Amino acid sequence: METAKKRMLTGNKAMAEAIAQEMENDQNVFVLGEDIGKYGGIFGSTQGLMEKFGPERVLDTPISETAFIGAAIGAAAEGMRPIAELMFVDFFGVCMDQIYNHMAKIPYMSGGNVRLPMVLMTSVGGGYSDAAQHSQTLYATFAHMPGMKVVAPSTPYDLKGMMTSAIRDDNPVVFMFHKSLQGLGWMDQLDYAVGHVPEESYTVPLDKANVMREGKDVTIVGIQMMTHYAMEAAERLAQDGIEAEVIDLRSLAPIDKDTILKSVKKTHRLVVVDEDYRSYGMTAEIAAIVSEEALYELEAPIKRLAIPDVPIPYSHVLEDFVLPGPDKIVEAVKQMMDEA
Amino acid sequence: MTKFEEKQPSVSVDKLMWMYEQMVKIRYYEDQMVEAYTEGKSPVFNIGEGPVPGEMHLATGQEPAAAGMMVHLTKDDTVTAPHRPHHHAIAKGIDLKKMTAEIFGKESGLGKGKGGHMHLFDPEVKFSCGGIVAAGIPHAVGAAMANKMKGKDWVAVAFIGEGAANAGAFHESLNLAALWNLPLIVVVEDNSYGISVPKKSSTSVESNDLRASAYGVAGAYVKDNDPIAMYKASEEAVNRARNGQGPTIIEIETFRFLGHFQGDPELYRDKQEVPGLRARDPIMKLRQQLLDAEQITETELEDIDTRAKQQVDEAYQFARDSDYPKPEAALDDVFTS
Ligand SMILES: Cc1ncc(C[n+]2csc(CCOP(=O)(O)OP(=O)(O)O)c2C)c(N)n1
Ligand SMILES: [Mg+2]
Repeated sequence: METAKKRMLTGNKAMAEAIAQEMENDQNVFVLGEDIGKYGGIFGSTQGLMEKFGPERVLDTPISETAFIGAAIGAAAEGMRPIAELMFVDFFGVCMDQIYNHMAKIPYMSGGNVRLPMVLMTSVGGGYSDAAQHSQTLYATFAHMPGMKVVAPSTPYDLKGMMTSAIRDDNPVVFMFHKSLQGLGWMDQLDYAVGHVPEESYTVPLDKANVMREGKDVTIVGIQMMTHYAMEAAERLAQDGIEAEVIDLRSLAPIDKDTILKSVKKTHRLVVVDEDYRSYGMTAEIAAIVSEEALYELEAPIKRLAIPDVPIPYSHVLEDFVLPGPDKIVEAVKQMMDEA
Repeated sequence: MTKFEEKQPSVSVDKLMWMYEQMVKIRYYEDQMVEAYTEGKSPVFNIGEGPVPGEMHLATGQEPAAAGMMVHLTKDDTVTAPHRPHHHAIAKGIDLKKMTAEIFGKESGLGKGKGGHMHLFDPEVKFSCGGIVAAGIPHAVGAAMANKMKGKDWVAVAFIGEGAANAGAFHESLNLAALWNLPLIVVVEDNSYGISVPKKSSTSVESNDLRASAYGVAGAYVKDNDPIAMYKASEEAVNRARNGQGPTIIEIETFRFLGHFQGDPELYRDKQEVPGLRARDPIMKLRQQLLDAEQITETELEDIDTRAKQQVDEAYQFARDSDYPKPEAALDDVFTS
């Protein structure tokens, strides 16, 4: 039995620790992006790195995303292991050509002869009135395009372990971290933004979902913040005698079908919760996988909770209306249990 | 000739008084916003709380760029602004009540509460802004193009920060505007930082007006955040654009008195910097210049101050008194009807 007090870290410190350890291990690892130096990243993802490694390996860039993400590609092709930060995923618009026409395709177009061992890390998510151009997750936009591993960890433990795996991976990895799960002092103080993180280096695979809670009545698949909301909902449902199994998807591409299918075969009911747009999104993909491979296991139609195909509005009354949350999950599950 | 005009031959005193009024209004507006933004965020700061949640980028100290340019524009000229847009919006004559209501997330706001402080749109005065750095420049190019196609002498002005001059959109837009000889002006407000990154760490040239020669357009530099110098540089640029003589880049050295956004710990800048900048307050400077020229009395200036403040107070009151939108309204306006 473990008796020592567990070491607790916020999400941002867990990420920064993984980067620091890999920078110590491998001289080829370096970080570049806007305000990642002295500032430590707007969402704290590079906190302390400038002090440790200096401006040669921790590079503040101009607001030139095409140039510095493209440069990361070029450097990766030369054997470096760059980590580029796109401050908000919403800014992908100014540099997407580099990301999906080049980072994602060069390894394939070269017949596997060119490796791009790079990480593109970026912040996602809303819920704090940052409006339409600073609140998206765009999970599906990235997961849709072949050639990139896309991950979205939800706990400090996974943030560190998956960042370590991402840096060591020889393929481009899009590493999405949720702003509200960084444990920053100036945002909502959420218990789940702080968690146990071992000091020594470790890895978490980039292609495995995680069963966060076991249950027999219904499977709820969530991503990042929605996983935590699903956990809250599950606690409330348990009081009404409904045992929900909660899966944290973690890896968007490749997606871990097995874990989802195994759970649905046990519970026979599926709710998918996503902080991305509804149509053509992660909820649609997961519903399609289950329909194709486990349709006859289902006792009720699949339910999807996601943003109802509108840009994220500013006013909090409007934003609350479009974002899924624990109440909406509880309601969806109860409806589903009543139907069948 | 008055004493003042002897010293500053090409400047109309009426226009300087208009600028002074705008600058006072902007300053007071931002001061009130500091207060409103802080509500609900103390003792513990949480960006999502209070009547004005989300990011808040204020323009305190940067008033001359907006006032010195806008004094030469009319309702028919187009202005695009970045994430720090209040000074441009106010000087362009935006509906102050609706703008404030928008920032408070109210139904009576310019965008019915959907846009917020970085996304203000008032087609009545041809004003827009946005949260993606440099994205407004090509929109101004398009407005300039439309003006030319319509055979009007209207101009389009894109305001950006010095950090935005390193984005691809800046360079592509200026080449295009020069190529097509469009009535475009890009005003670069150099407040020394792009968030925490100092200009010298982001920009390969001393100032962005130097980049004008790369596109074959005119360039002008305004130093010391000087309202009258900005007035003059803007007048020349606007005349050039109206007369079909093509684009201009104006860079103005300006001062960011506050953090990049409210709540910015500003650990990246020296604690002495802001007091030093505040000692060079452009509003006090213009006020003194007007008094020195014996063009206006203290009392008259105070009347202007009072009038400006009253308008701002009314706008905030309107915003606070307005209702929040109905939650289901989130589903409207994806397509216009
Ligand atoms: C394309 C893009 N990249 C990055 C950002 C994040 N960002 C917002 S404001 C800003 C700094 C802008 O600096 P500057 O242009 O000098 O304007 P200032 O804030 O100083 O007024 C950055 C990097 C963004 N909004 N859009
Ligand atoms: Mg700046």
